[in-house]
Amino acid sequence: MTLLTGRLPIGWLQLAHSRTRLTAALAGVAFANILVFVQLGILGSLNDSTIAPYGLFEADIMISSVDANTLLDGSNVARVRLFQALAVPGVSDAAPLYIQNVEWSRPDGGTSTLQTVGLEPEAAAFIPSRLADVIPQLILPNTILLDSGTRGLAREALEGVTPSTPYRLELSGQTISAIGTVRIGGGFTADGSIYASDQTFLNLFQNRSSAAPNHILVNVDEGLDPDVVVARLQEALPTDVVKIGTKDDTAAADLAYQTTERPTGIIFGFGVIIGIIVGIVIVYQVLSTDVADHLREYATFKAMGYAQRFFLGIVLEEAVILAVLGFIPGVLISWGLYTGMAAATGLPLEMGIGRALSVLVGTILACVLSGVIATRRLAAADPADLF
Amino acid sequence: MARDMSQPTDVAIAVNGLDHHFGTGEARKQAIFDVNLQVERGKLTILMGPSGSGKTTVLTLMGCLREVEEGSVNLLGTELNGATEAQLVGLRRRLGFIFQAHNLHESLTATQNVLMGLQVHGPGDQRKQIAAAHHMLALVGLEDRLDYLPGSLSGGQKQRVAVARALVSNPDVIFADEPTAALDKDSGRTVVEMLKALGQERGTTTVMVTHDNRILELADRIVTLEEGRLVRDEFPRRQTLTSAAVKET
Repeated sequence: MTLLTGRLPIGWLQLAHSRTRLTAALAGVAFANILVFVQLGILGSLNDSTIAPYGLFEADIMISSVDANTLLDGSNVARVRLFQALAVPGVSDAAPLYIQNVEWSRPDGGTSTLQTVGLEPEAAAFIPSRLADVIPQLILPNTILLDSGTRGLAREALEGVTPSTPYRLELSGQTISAIGTVRIGGGFTADGSIYASDQTFLNLFQNRSSAAPNHILVNVDEGLDPDVVVARLQEALPTDVVKIGTKDDTAAADLAYQTTERPTGIIFGFGVIIGIIVGIVIVYQVLSTDVADHLREYATFKAMGYAQRFFLGIVLEEAVILAVLGFIPGVLISWGLYTGMAAATGLPLEMGIGRALSVLVGTILACVLSGVIATRRLAAADPADLF
Repeated sequence: MARDMSQPTDVAIAVNGLDHHFGTGEARKQAIFDVNLQVERGKLTILMGPSGSGKTTVLTLMGCLREVEEGSVNLLGTELNGATEAQLVGLRRRLGFIFQAHNLHESLTATQNVLMGLQVHGPGDQRKQIAAAHHMLALVGLEDRLDYLPGSLSGGQKQRVAVARALVSNPDVIFADEPTAALDKDSGRTVVEMLKALGQERGTTTVMVTHDNRILELADRIVTLEEGRLVRDEFPRRQTLTSAAVKET
């Protein structure tokens, strides 16, 4: 006999009593979880794939054209801004960043859009440390690092790629050698990324000029607050032509633009809201059905002299048990769906601890609130009306 | 337990000028008309009458299961008309209920159901409570069914568990609403005899609604209602009618 201190664990006994009822309730909670997880996963993949290319370079500050919302769109920035920036006190280093998409006709007949990032291999301060070893070798003409997560590219195609055994591909009518890999993966605007030297970039895109990069990357003197230098740069540079922000702010603005001003982002945001609302409705149905199923028994307890908080206790006990037990299949199935969706789309879909925890906490809150609302009917009624 | 001495100690429940309505607006219909009744302490009082006569309504009004709206019900010294939820909860803990359908909790064993009658007074020594529940179940003849769920007990056994649950905390008043309706003749009589014997032993006041003639002979007093009015008041165990409350209509 299960006797805990204080009182009988009636919530648990009730749930355990009917397997079918418990299974149905857990299926409901799990389904609500899956719904929210899938919507969060889709929105998260937009966020992650938007931010991922920012990992290809390091910088404290970025100078971009005023009409640029993302890494790729907007006008170019005149190279003269680089020299103007270098003249500002506190600026330690600056380098041009080139970005453009290129279509790759794959050997298997398909086409992939590759977001090509061009950066001077000598600009060591702007090269992420994980790429520091391989970047200097990009000084050889027409050598690149190819995204191993490129959509449409067979996973084993880039296995064993080294500078001496490169993977060759045809881009803009030229033979290019991939001498190493990066891992960025596809997003909503490109299928993968290429990392190249500025010279290789300008060779690939003949219409681009070294005088007009997409962004200027700026580093500040050690120990200096980048925000202070941002303010100085805004003084020194024409802000009707260029905008200046820290790299983090620029990435955040890009993300905000993608999620609030682009149709895909807005739709995904709606998906999350609808998912949460439908999830809450399902959870409320589960809890209120459970209370209705036991109303007679609760009325008997009420007639015996049990007060309202006793029923709240039972329902909260049930709410927490259902939320936690329903979450387990919910998160496992969602994880499986993420893996499947990621394999099918090449989008970054991962079950992060933070996301899993917030959905768990949200589920518990929704269950508890639903339980509280569902028991209000019991509080208002005379026991005699409930038998 | 402290008792309120504001009324004669031999009266457990005093009902005065009790009216009750059901429904609202156009559908509002009076169900109880000016019922006056004093229930003696320690006696078995039976409320009789055809269906729709209002006997169950009177029982639920006296037992804090329905809000008293017009007239007065004084239960164990507390006026129920206008009583607060806290007062009602406190009073309900001094009562025992037995319902037409046993109303046991389906997920709890016989012992756990009886424990619910004890734990309403607050958590206590678990072992003592379990011992008391087992003792009570033995008194109703269920010592070999202690850990059975209601689903695997017969109708008579379930009703005996309900009797044990109602009696286990030594209530001042027991209210029983057609406790034998779902039972066959023998188990029905067994349950009522048990209720009466255990009640007398403890000096418990019992109010029972029934239209089961087989158990009338056990009553100390039989009150009859018709169409919401009290029409007859008999004391079968005293040879003559002594009550002045008899009203023939």
